[in-house]
Amino acid sequence: MALTVPTLAEMNARGESTEVLFWVGCAGSFDDRAKRITKAIARILHAAEVPFAVLGAEESCTGDPAKRAGNEFLFQMQAAQNIAVLNGYGVKRIVTGCPHCFNTLKNEYPELGGEYEVLHHTQFIQQLINDGRLRISDGNPFKGRRITFHDPCYLGRGNGEYDAPRAALEALDADLVEMRRCKKNGLCCGAGGAQMFKDAEKGDREVNHERTDDVLASGAKVVATGCPFCNTMMTDGVKNAEREEDIDVKDIAELIAEAADLL
Amino acid sequence: MTHFVGQLIFALLLGTAGFLFGKRILQIRRNINLGRDIDLSDRKSERWATMARVAMGQSKMVVRPVAGIMHIVIYAGFILINIEVLEILVDGLFGTHRVFAPFLGGLYGFLIGTFEWLALGVLVACVVFLVRRNILPIARFRSPEMKGWPKNDANIILAVEVLLMFAFLSMNAADSIAQARILEGVWTDAHHYINAGSFPVSQWLAPLYAGLSDAGIVAVERGAWWFHIVGILAFLVYVPYSKHFHIFLAFPNTWYSDLTPSGSLDNMASVKKEVDLMMSGDPFAAPAEPAGDVPAEPARFGAKDATDLTWKQLMEAYSCTECGRCTSVCPANATGKLLSPRKIMMDTRDRIEEIGKAKDASTDHPDTADGKTLLGDYISEEELWACTSCQACVDACPINISPMGIILDMRRSLIMEDSKAPEPITAMFNNVENNGAPWAFPAADRGKWTDELSSES
Repeated sequence: MALTVPTLAEMNARGESTEVLFWVGCAGSFDDRAKRITKAIARILHAAEVPFAVLGAEESCTGDPAKRAGNEFLFQMQAAQNIAVLNGYGVKRIVTGCPHCFNTLKNEYPELGGEYEVLHHTQFIQQLINDGRLRISDGNPFKGRRITFHDPCYLGRGNGEYDAPRAALEALDADLVEMRRCKKNGLCCGAGGAQMFKDAEKGDREVNHERTDDVLASGAKVVATGCPFCNTMMTDGVKNAEREEDIDVKDIAELIAEAADLL
Repeated sequence: MTHFVGQLIFALLLGTAGFLFGKRILQIRRNINLGRDIDLSDRKSERWATMARVAMGQSKMVVRPVAGIMHIVIYAGFILINIEVLEILVDGLFGTHRVFAPFLGGLYGFLIGTFEWLALGVLVACVVFLVRRNILPIARFRSPEMKGWPKNDANIILAVEVLLMFAFLSMNAADSIAQARILEGVWTDAHHYINAGSFPVSQWLAPLYAGLSDAGIVAVERGAWWFHIVGILAFLVYVPYSKHFHIFLAFPNTWYSDLTPSGSLDNMASVKKEVDLMMSGDPFAAPAEPAGDVPAEPARFGAKDATDLTWKQLMEAYSCTECGRCTSVCPANATGKLLSPRKIMMDTRDRIEEIGKAKDASTDHPDTADGKTLLGDYISEEELWACTSCQACVDACPINISPMGIILDMRRSLIMEDSKAPEPITAMFNNVENNGAPWAFPAADRGKWTDELSSES
């Protein structure tokens, strides 16, 4: 059966409502690599029989990169527009595929009139596993593999969520290891604060190369990520170290979807 | 007679130090209040708890155990030995000697013994800190912004603390020798040395002074006493001019901590007003101006100068003790970029000091514009654009300072006042504005992945 994902507009036209809005984010919508993460999340929600919809063309940038680059006007314009759409549909619960969207929707929208329960996809996936709504196959390919989790700044330090992504990974029965700098001390991938959209300032090296050193030192064969930007940065870092043959960079959603035979 | 001269000199020194300290505190208070207003009086019980945990409990200091534990020794020593200073003040003003001893009895001996151990702890910790700062290759003490005055400031404080503790122990050693000689009956005219205290640490110093005559012992004891108290008063006057002012400001600074998650960045109220107007659909709508009022000069968007920051951010600048934990965890700094979060705080303090001094120098000219600004003359755009907003600096600060908050406020000024952004950032803004995404993809393509998914599955 083909997996179809309805938009809220379509559901609204049919007089239906849904439990969860999946907020995809710009990277997850347009970037080819990040789209694979988006699809993995959709497959997981579908497999767990979570009724969900997306905004489709009605979704717009949360304004996070504009805000952090100093353009508060643009941010608040984006926020006002998105809040009008979300409130118009009476959205209560949002699952995001990106910690930057997550942080902005959760922390910065309420004051502007947008109050929702906002979950990062790793939190939601962990709940689904916990509730027994998602079955990891016994022969999952990550069993015993050495995996390390790279904390996204806006999930970890920004919102204090260190446990959910790790708990989700535990379901894989893998050899989980921590990097030298992890959790509160986790090192940024280098993409935040709108750095993703510009060249780095002059320096000795790239932040993602520095972070890749931590990965190599951990001996991990899989870098688990929870952010499409971290994913890009770490993929580039591993390539730069010429280790793309033996080190995979994958989002937790991809790892879980693969381990649950959904890909 | 000589008694009264001593008391008079003491009272004079105490009064002068108190006056200079008070004057400087008022000056700093005035400077901090040059910042924009912000209401941080909410959630009081959480604020007390944060201050108790972070400032009093030093919870973030011990994240790095070596420096953290030694810092706690100095902190405990500083607070407890001040009880001893209270006695010194009374003795100095009234010409008494160890005035608390008769009242406290055995407890007095215990207290003096405790202070001696603490003094030793402080002395050792300060020596270790001097070694760490000057000999060991610890990167955060060797950053460019630590050259010159900041380095000397740190060393002066540590050296003075070592000398003060040595004087305190010498005073006790000499006192214990005097007490012993009186007990043995070999010294009969030293009325004011009473049999008091216990000297578990200073007894090791006693052999150093044991060979001295009675007059020599008095000279050491009095000399150390005067050195100790004059040193403390000098320290009191010096501290508010130094990075060491954190010993006072750490407490209010943590009380006024930002209690929102560190990922959250404030929504500018001034912008919200304008966006609300635009979204209301009536392009000519404007809030009614109260008649007769002279419209206040509109505040700048973001921070160009130190006075555009909030008073809390200026308090943070005065609270910073330049430990450099922020810089040591900054991904930009670690990869050789110009940005150092610590320098942001130091520059902010230097600039608001400069503005304050200019105000003091020209009381009859309220306009003290010197043509300089924090952004540009102290902090460069290159530094600001190196920040990844990862909040590692915020998390690392032992007293909850946010260098990132200042960095992002200055970016706001660059963008919203000066329209100055690196070209790719301008392109990103345009894309968000036109396509609702930071890249130039049409919004209509947002759902493309769902079609792909349907065909793949």
